[in-house]
Amino acid sequence: MENYIIELLHITKEFAGFKANDDITLQLRKGEIHALLGENGAGKSTLMSVLFGLYQAEQGEIKKNGKKVTINNPNDANRLGIGMVHQHFKLVEIFTVLENIILGVEPNKLGFLQKKDARNKVVELSKRYGLQVDVDAIIENISVGMQQRVEILKMLYRENEILIFDEPTAVLTPQEIDELMEIMRGFTKEGKSILFITHKLNEIMAVADRCTVLRKGKGIGTVEIKNTTKEELSKMMVGRDVNFSVEKNEPHVGETILSVNRITMSSKLSKKDAVKDISFEVKAGEIVCLAGIEGNGQSDVIAAITGLEKVKEGTITLDSKDITRLPIRNRSVLGMSHIPEDRHKHGLVLDYSLEENMVLQRYWQPEFQTAGFIKNKEVRAYADRLIEQYDVRSGHGPISITRGMSGGNQQKAIIAREIDKRHKLLIAVQPTRGLDVGAIEFIHKQLIATRDKGKAVLLMSFELEEVMNVSDKILVMYEGEIVGELNPKETTIQELGLYMSGAKRNVKEKKYEK
Amino acid sequence: MRNSTFSPKLKSQASMLMKSKGMASLAAALLAIALGLIVGFFVMLIASPESAFNGFTTMLFGGLGRLGDVFYFATPILMTGLSVGFAFKMGLFNIGASGQYTFGMFFALYAGFMWELPPGIHWIVCILAGMVGGMLWGFIPGLLKATLNVHEVITSIMLNYIGMYLVDMFIINNAKMYVPNMTRTAYLPSSAQIPSLGVPNSNVNLSIILAIAIAIILFVVLNKTTFGYELKATGYNKHASKYAGMSDTKNTILTMIIAGGLSGLGGAFAILAPSAIAGSSMTYEPINVIAANGFNGIAVALLGSSNPIGIIFSALFISHLGRGGSLVSAFYGYKPEIIDIVIAVIIYFSAFAMLMSVAVGKLFRKRNRGEVVRGPNASLTNHVKGKNENKEA
Repeated sequence: MENYIIELLHITKEFAGFKANDDITLQLRKGEIHALLGENGAGKSTLMSVLFGLYQAEQGEIKKNGKKVTINNPNDANRLGIGMVHQHFKLVEIFTVLENIILGVEPNKLGFLQKKDARNKVVELSKRYGLQVDVDAIIENISVGMQQRVEILKMLYRENEILIFDEPTAVLTPQEIDELMEIMRGFTKEGKSILFITHKLNEIMAVADRCTVLRKGKGIGTVEIKNTTKEELSKMMVGRDVNFSVEKNEPHVGETILSVNRITMSSKLSKKDAVKDISFEVKAGEIVCLAGIEGNGQSDVIAAITGLEKVKEGTITLDSKDITRLPIRNRSVLGMSHIPEDRHKHGLVLDYSLEENMVLQRYWQPEFQTAGFIKNKEVRAYADRLIEQYDVRSGHGPISITRGMSGGNQQKAIIAREIDKRHKLLIAVQPTRGLDVGAIEFIHKQLIATRDKGKAVLLMSFELEEVMNVSDKILVMYEGEIVGELNPKETTIQELGLYMSGAKRNVKEKKYEK
Repeated sequence: MRNSTFSPKLKSQASMLMKSKGMASLAAALLAIALGLIVGFFVMLIASPESAFNGFTTMLFGGLGRLGDVFYFATPILMTGLSVGFAFKMGLFNIGASGQYTFGMFFALYAGFMWELPPGIHWIVCILAGMVGGMLWGFIPGLLKATLNVHEVITSIMLNYIGMYLVDMFIINNAKMYVPNMTRTAYLPSSAQIPSLGVPNSNVNLSIILAIAIAIILFVVLNKTTFGYELKATGYNKHASKYAGMSDTKNTILTMIIAGGLSGLGGAFAILAPSAIAGSSMTYEPINVIAANGFNGIAVALLGSSNPIGIIFSALFISHLGRGGSLVSAFYGYKPEIIDIVIAVIIYFSAFAMLMSVAVGKLFRKRNRGEVVRGPNASLTNHVKGKNENKEA
């Protein structure tokens, strides 16, 4: 009989006849790092919600140290020593680090806060585990990496012994990821047990002891990491072989399509400029990637090119026409397609049907309207064709409301719409964010196919593997400037990380005056 | 509503969706009315127990005997309801329907008194003048919202007062329009009055037919045209509509102009109605009161779910209650205020139930989130679950 600290045994959770978790068993050994792997919608979140007491399972039981426990709400989970770092941090932006850590368990005497004790405890914890934080800093002023350390300290402060990390590396630089892995290993030495939810296979291979794979609500199996390979894991996760290496030929670079000339943009958040006098070009037949840590001006540059934001200085030309001050509609007509960063905010009208979303940019063209009346037949035919061609799946075909569609299919719909539209330049912003391996593979193929048709592609991504594998040229942005221009074939992820964190630059510093 | 654009091929699926979505809002409205009626009955019971039952039945069914008046009093609130509902579709809250209504009334009065035109044309011109007046008063908040991002609720509330005081001032200072010793406007020439439909003892006139026609036109505009497509897209998600190259500025101004015009027409329809008493007409009293019909439009729009066709029925329903209510106060000695309270209770519950159904829908979505398979390999059966999420979307 092995010694498990927490066991989820034969968990079944149904929603209106559909099994989100179907007889899943997950056993966490004391002192191990246990990865939970699965595509989006495989049931990871449901399982964790059951463990956290947010849902009650219809069947199955939870055991702690071999004894059956019931968890009816998150407080129960806390009492059992279960803590979680959520993918989206649950921090009060305007509170200090210390205030956030003690939130909910504030030490007090007669209602008066006893911050000093708390402070000592936090400082001691952060030293012991090498979690560097400034306890008096305000959350909104510190880096994402430090915010994550605050979340981890929150769990430690509550003396949790079962730590759940939900996609913790999505927001970190390669160096920060390495640090986090180190910290996680440190925890296991102290006897804490870790559940590590992710879909990044490299990280599992690097840090986990065992891995449980879920697919479509079912537990596929638990494997020892030292006895398995990345390929095997991905096959378990997706149910078929996945091609990791992105296949592409040498680019046939043509004339310049997009040219950004010395643009400067003011920041909405601070007095500093968000984008400082940057210039670059994207030519037909190449994929140029804007890389960098979130918030270093890449999104602003994209917003300027697509027309969502105005530039302060500088010009942007598309196909040698000045588009700096053109409305969005005109840019679209001139041949710009845009896969936006946030598909829910910008990409789709979620309450519209799939067919209505398919003509979001083009409903006004003679093809789809006469005298202001929308031609329903043509819209339907067009949507049917795109759905067929790009394999967009949904419950009711063209009349499905897009809100009810899966994230991968929503993204496919946007990609179908943007690629099918007549264009010379395709701007793809984080096109694979939150998608699973199968969808990512599809989207990468589409991007490369677009490039091979002689279109210019501007990609913006935080996923370093994507940056390295898909692009023909990498521009690294740091604090509103382009600090590195790299050839993905001649560089490594580590080197890219150095540029991203501002430690290195190969583009000469310009004399910049604000 | 949107389902009406489906081709016959998918009609069975479409009708299924329509059922789920339409039924949900219909059920919400009926539930609201039922709850409101019960509470309303208790209010009457408290006010005067002995006549509560007779009074209540009169309130519910009394209007049936005076259908002409039900339609007559429905006309202005149908128009302001359309105004509010139309702006709602774009995500704008036009709380300024009162000001637009009053301005429309004034423009219609001005054209009626100051311009001499042949009968048969005069009243049409007056109606159009009223529409222009309302448009002007809708244009201002629209412009401010579109260019300076000033919230339309603030501007249009202020314009309610500005409009009302301005109109009162203009009328008092106009010797041809104002009768000082009666503190009201003079009688309009009969050429400026809208032709009656000839129902005995009722002022019901052609304008109710115009109003219903306008509602149907709006329905078509919202559901069949590119303008409606843009408008609803902006209302659902203004970021996506901006991304798609729709002009938020243009659409905001245009929507507010149209909303204002609809309220203005409401004012014109009200003031240009023919009087059942020969030689008289409707009159306006410049006594510094904001037109209640503007605010009633909000209730009408809410109860009708901002759907132009729904608004026709909700306007008729509220008007029907009002007619029954006036009979109750005449025959059973209830104060008109009590009747207003009962009507308000019913409207209040309708708004409450709308919120409830939205909240329930959201809750439902949340609980179901885990179940929808998100992945390209998801099978069709799993995706059918998405249907629940679509409701109340």
